[in-house]
Amino acid sequence: MADIRNNFVGIKSPNPFWLASAPPTDKAYNVERAFKAGWGGVVWKTLGEAGPPVVNVNGPRYGAIWGADRRLLGLNNIELITDRDLQTNLREIKQVKKNWPDRAMIVSIMVPCEEASWKAILPLVEETGADGIELNFGCPHGMSERGMGAAVGQVPEYIEMVSRWCKATTRMPVIVKLTPNITDIRYPARAAKTGGADAVSLINTISSIISVDLDNFSPEPSIDGKGSHGGYCGPAVKPIALNMVAEIARDAETRGMPISGIGGITTWRDAAEFLALGAGNVQVCTAAMTYGFKIVEEMAAGLSNWMDEKGHKTLDDVISRAVPNVTDWQYLNLNYIAKAKINQDSCIQCGRCHIACEDTSHQAITNMLDDKRHFEVIEEECVGCNLCVNVCPVQDCITMEPLSAGVLDKRTGKKVLKKYSNWTEHPNNPSKVAAE
Amino acid sequence: MAGKQLDDGIVSGRLNTKALDENFSDLHPLLDNHEALVASDRCYFCYDAPCVTACPTDIDIPMFIRQISTGNTIGAAKTIFDQNILGGMCARVCPTETLCEQACVRELAEGKPVKIGQLQRFATDEAMDQGKQFYERAKESGKKIAVVGSGPAGLACAHRLAMHGHSVTVFETRKKAGGLNEYGIAAYKTVDDFAKKEVNYIASIGGIEFVHGKKFGSDIALKGLKSEFDAVFLGIGLSSVNDLNLSEKDPEGLDDAVDFIAKLRQAKNKTKLPIGRKVVVIGGGMTAVDCAVQAKLLGAEEVTICYRRGQDQMNASLFEQDLAAAKGVTIRHWLQPVKIKSSKGKVTGIHFEYTQLQSGKLVRTGKKLKLEADQIFSAIGQKLTESDIGSDKNIKLSGGRIMIDDEGKTSQKGVWAGGDCTDRGEDLTVTAVAQGRDAAESIHRSLSSGKAK
Repeated sequence: MADIRNNFVGIKSPNPFWLASAPPTDKAYNVERAFKAGWGGVVWKTLGEAGPPVVNVNGPRYGAIWGADRRLLGLNNIELITDRDLQTNLREIKQVKKNWPDRAMIVSIMVPCEEASWKAILPLVEETGADGIELNFGCPHGMSERGMGAAVGQVPEYIEMVSRWCKATTRMPVIVKLTPNITDIRYPARAAKTGGADAVSLINTISSIISVDLDNFSPEPSIDGKGSHGGYCGPAVKPIALNMVAEIARDAETRGMPISGIGGITTWRDAAEFLALGAGNVQVCTAAMTYGFKIVEEMAAGLSNWMDEKGHKTLDDVISRAVPNVTDWQYLNLNYIAKAKINQDSCIQCGRCHIACEDTSHQAITNMLDDKRHFEVIEEECVGCNLCVNVCPVQDCITMEPLSAGVLDKRTGKKVLKKYSNWTEHPNNPSKVAAE
Repeated sequence: MAGKQLDDGIVSGRLNTKALDENFSDLHPLLDNHEALVASDRCYFCYDAPCVTACPTDIDIPMFIRQISTGNTIGAAKTIFDQNILGGMCARVCPTETLCEQACVRELAEGKPVKIGQLQRFATDEAMDQGKQFYERAKESGKKIAVVGSGPAGLACAHRLAMHGHSVTVFETRKKAGGLNEYGIAAYKTVDDFAKKEVNYIASIGGIEFVHGKKFGSDIALKGLKSEFDAVFLGIGLSSVNDLNLSEKDPEGLDDAVDFIAKLRQAKNKTKLPIGRKVVVIGGGMTAVDCAVQAKLLGAEEVTICYRRGQDQMNASLFEQDLAAAKGVTIRHWLQPVKIKSSKGKVTGIHFEYTQLQSGKLVRTGKKLKLEADQIFSAIGQKLTESDIGSDKNIKLSGGRIMIDDEGKTSQKGVWAGGDCTDRGEDLTVTAVAQGRDAAESIHRSLSSGKAK
């Protein structure tokens, strides 16, 4: 049985699944339920400084996009940090940590970008017995306009500065939560590292307008006929998050820095992908908000079963395993040639592979053979682009089959070469370097 | 058991009004919005979709389903009506399980096709309930066309002709228009007077006049129509039924399934409809199933369909056979009726001989079966007789039906035909619609080029 216990910057949890700082972690009632359901840890919803709590809108806070059968693919929100009194939150954090000593309790914090503000709140949080803090430099709406959240996360110098203040003030590990609303994620990550932060977590939500009400022409969620941008999350953002995690994991300056992966994680498979790309653990929100806390059972069991099947004994056997395989386009092997192959036994004859290829790509799939509906790859035309695989409704019906070295590629009329060869040495590259 | 439910003989009122209302309620109630969205989400928007190929009227099914899924239900209805103005009735009565839904790739994938028929009804009902008219008549052409018969073929033909600006007179023997849609389909497939509503919806395009009480062949003749109109379309159906030929004089209780179905459709009060306690239906088609199921729903205790061939040869679809079984009808195969038993002029039973296929030929085996019955329905098909088409011998028949070409032209110049009365009829509403529509286009082409007469 695989060991999925997690140790993230010294914070231990029975599994690598934490609930991200968000509505599910706003109060003891929810967090107690989450721990009962089996979550390894939580990042308590962001606390602000003492004083009058923030206020939220009193109309809709969320908007969504859906796939077939109204499966929620993307969620957008305009909710702010906790709107509960600071003392209430601190009291509850302390009690819950006491009740669940084996679970990770991280507290998310967002206060103005002044040293005094951070110095004021950190001892209060530390007193709760929390395991660590997460600096919310990511929230893209509401708070950022007040000079906090993403407004800080978009300025590497501020990240470095605040990280430094925190590290100087508290014994607790400091995790810096990054905003994806930036051109190059490596810069804020480097700044966090330079500032002494123990880890980064990403991604926070992406600035977005989720939809427009076509009756009153208001962006949604619509508050009295108006809408503002919100933060986008859910399964749809996972690819963006994976890329950003990988960028940090393979960057020379930040390599090895612990990463808590966040962004659209819905199943064990999503989680395993984040781990493989360098995340030390994962944080989940939308999936829980869609299906409830019970989904952690599938995540934990699925991850464990997969690890057993593959012979991975601990999370360390998985973490960062895919990082060496992330490269830049110019280093991809141009001598690797694959062709699509349609399994006629599992083909249901929908014809989508044909029309996708015919209308929009390479005219490499038949629709008729001997006057009968029949879909088959024309190897002479197939560039191996994978579009047909992606539009086919039947999993594994179309596969990409690599051609072995020495085999004739019917499209180019040339034999497949065994040798690895990339763009840097390609004759068409004006700045090619000589092959070694 | 209360009341007269178990009385012998043919009696009315076996079930009370409440039970009958329940029994004859909508077989497939209209999908609600949620159901329609879930069902429409399952469509893969196939290329050159097999469902469209399987539809005799070539409705662009993936398109109308996509329109439903995006909330454009009215647009979906137009997509359907563009090809099939009787899309509402076809959504109810088409044997989709042997047409579009059989061809659906999700039938192949999961054995569960997209609910094409029910989605079609969802869209067409919405448009019809809103009274949404999609078509306007072209400028008056000055041409007059006689359409004989107001069934699906005649209505589809009349509507398309009216669209092209022609003036159409529809001749109908019966009191109501609609043909088999009004008189010939099981009541639970088309509730709430839908056939009549559909006729009104179609006729509201204008340019279509209905003349009732005129029987073709006797009250009106082809010759007269040809002189009075620029073109004639015959959509007269098959108005005579095949005879069992088992007794010289029909005893009381030997009835015709087609008449029974028509009476049931027109009945204002089903408690007044008499039905036997033990009912046998002879035949293997949709009519046999419609008759048997409704006999059961009216309160018959035992209903048995006897068919002279095997299950594979039954014209009734598997869905219809399952429906019959679910309603408590027994279906028996390989039984050839040989003698009707009666006493004092009333049916008491029927004798069969078992059959089998021998080198492709149906032969009797000598083995016998006797079934008790107080009512026997014959549902062994309909035909066209000389009196149905009048004395006009110039119309060529093929296999006892009017011969037509690809466009619906008969052997007589200026005369078109479509639906069950033709040699290309398939006993399907949707085929009749396709033929009526296509004949209208052919008539329009001829009239436009001045060649009809």
